[in-house]
Amino acid sequence: MTARLQRALGGVTRVRGVRGALIVAREDGLVVADALMEDIRGNAVAALAASLTRRIGEAARASGVGTPQFLHLEATGGALLAAAAGDEMLVVAVTEVGVNVGLVRLEMFRAAEAVQ
Amino acid sequence: MSPDVKAMTTELIRDAGSLVFLQLGEALRMEGQIEAAKKVARTGMERHPELPEAHDLYARILVSGKEPDRASQIWHELLQSNPRHVGAHKGLGFLSYSHGNLDVSRDHLELALAADPTNQSVIQALRAVRNAAEAVTEEYPSPAQPVPAELPATPSTATGETTSLFAAFGSGDHGILLVDVHGRTLAGGLKTPGGADGSSETAAHLAGVSQEMERTARMLKIGEWRWLVVEATDGNVHLTQPAEDTLLFIVRDRDVPAGRLGLLAESAGAKARAWLDGQRA
Repeated sequence: MTARLQRALGGVTRVRGVRGALIVAREDGLVVADALMEDIRGNAVAALAASLTRRIGEAARASGVGTPQFLHLEATGGALLAAAAGDEMLVVAVTEVGVNVGLVRLEMFRAAEAVQ
Repeated sequence: MSPDVKAMTTELIRDAGSLVFLQLGEALRMEGQIEAAKKVARTGMERHPELPEAHDLYARILVSGKEPDRASQIWHELLQSNPRHVGAHKGLGFLSYSHGNLDVSRDHLELALAADPTNQSVIQALRAVRNAAEAVTEEYPSPAQPVPAELPATPSTATGETTSLFAAFGSGDHGILLVDVHGRTLAGGLKTPGGADGSSETAAHLAGVSQEMERTARMLKIGEWRWLVVEATDGNVHLTQPAEDTLLFIVRDRDVPAGRLGLLAESAGAKARAWLDGQRA
């Protein structure tokens, strides 16, 4: 299981500009698997991504657009991306500025398929 | 004669060069006084031949007067001098739709939307045309949704950007919502696909979200957050902060890609900022 998840994350982290990727339990923000650069705190990323996804998910559902499948928080120095992996998990990535988001997104959804 | 029409008529008599003829002509058209509307618009065109809105108004009146061919000609002429004119594209989109030319209609409406991404009447018309095109593709005999019979008025240059913003927000339609950090609606509105008003509940859920994004960005050391896009099962959402202590929440169908949603958000954000500045002044 762990090796399979690590392989799935490998596809994400191989994209240039990705600083790290994780598989996170959606409900409590716990790290299931990770592939991170040294300067990234996995637990913090997981907790923040799960919390933000939950909060935004409530607003999205209230607005009638249904359940979030992909979230992209763009910041001046990078981005946080999260893709739904079934109902229970998230694939999360932290990137640098100017990364090919389309490619990262694709790899994240591939990883999400591997998780389910 | 309604009080508004009477007041505008008085104003036009007082100042024959006034641009109030644009509102007067439209008001008469809406009241079904087509010949009077034509007269007002023609006189306005003669006095202001360089004003695109005068020609657009006259074309709209001609459509209401069952003269679509002449209207089409005027809008085409208008596009030659002003290729991004929203009203002309919208009008030609409507005429094409009514003739069953869905592809042409969609092209015009998409050009109109590109020129004014927050124009709710264009967005609604485009949605109806796309639905109709899908219905035809699936060999259904008739369009799934009718385009509104009456052409909505295009905000004129005389009314300015602020009015355009109010028109977009004031429609209360699905969906642009401007909220404060306490979860209170400032402007705009959201309707769920089922037709329910989702504004208050969405605004309430957005309370504190900007602080959460700020905290997330800070802890991940990725700088200051700029915007957030959510792709959901039934639509896409764009969230940004047009001004301090506010959030702009934009909802569109899944067929509006994230990149285009970003462009729309930029435009809507600029309008929201200007509106907020006006409110705070």
